[in-house]
Amino acid sequence: MSTDAAVQPPDLSGAAAVPRKNGELVFDAPWQSRAFGMVVGLHQKGLFHWDEFRDRLIEAVAAHPGGDPSASPATIYYRQWLAALEKLLLDKALLAKADLDARAEELLSGERG
Amino acid sequence: MSGEHDGGHHPEPLSPVEARAHAIESLLIEKGLVSSDAIDQVAAAYEKDIGPLNGAKAVARAWTDPGFKKRLLENATAALGELGIGGLQGEHMVVVENTPKIHNAVVCTLCSCYPWPVLGLPPGWYKSPPYRSRMVKEPRSVLAEFGVVLDPSVEVRVWDSSSEIRYLVLPQRPKGTEGMSEEELASLVTRDSMIGVGTIETPR
Repeated sequence: MSTDAAVQPPDLSGAAAVPRKNGELVFDAPWQSRAFGMVVGLHQKGLFHWDEFRDRLIEAVAAHPGGDPSASPATIYYRQWLAALEKLLLDKALLAKADLDARAEELLSGERG
Repeated sequence: MSGEHDGGHHPEPLSPVEARAHAIESLLIEKGLVSSDAIDQVAAAYEKDIGPLNGAKAVARAWTDPGFKKRLLENATAALGELGIGGLQGEHMVVVENTPKIHNAVVCTLCSCYPWPVLGLPPGWYKSPPYRSRMVKEPRSVLAEFGVVLDPSVEVRVWDSSSEIRYLVLPQRPKGTEGMSEEELASLVTRDSMIGVGTIETPR
């Protein structure tokens, strides 16, 4: 399949492995696939080394092992995934925390659709 | 543009994690670090190559096993369960059959309800306001734009998905496939044919 390179995140195993069912990736909400796409897309543009993301993901998984017990495994995993992405972007100064907080607040309050 | 097309059309407010994800995406796009298209492409790989596989397997089984087809049309949730396909959110699945006289198509007018477990990620156009409104008002025109030109004698039925009920179209088996195995048949079934906006060509 020609799209393999786009869809297979390299080298994620153990606790950081993406949720799968019968070998297929599992998402259960659109934001999860967008979060997945952002990381793969940024990596394809060469903005970080895969290890830099993977290390932060492992940290995020270790920091919040369970989370909300009512959430699905994919939801818990992609919350950790998103936290790792955010930390990577802030650490590399690709985004500023103040901008991110402000934008998230606008989205939550409905000021921005 | 934000890649999340539901925007103000989604009936539910954003959860904090969704807001965070959207915030990151919109800032990355504004800064030109990643394009909405690039994110779409990763998602599209699932829609086209991986996602619809479960639905295609169910369609091929229905084409080759009349007993399964009967169960699928009577109680799709249970029949899909026989194939190990389960609802992620417990939604009820309904399968509607295309025949020479009836063509079915699926839309979600309210937001973008979609049978994820059988069809993978919804394509971008499925979530777009024009598809959602026009598919109900002028289904024949929309279908023709997708390349499905129907004889006026064919009845069009449009099914509106909801958070409780998700629809899957059972397309007509193409002619000339009598000798094909279930696996070969599954490879012919497209995502669009199971939404009802595509037909399946006879293989050469």
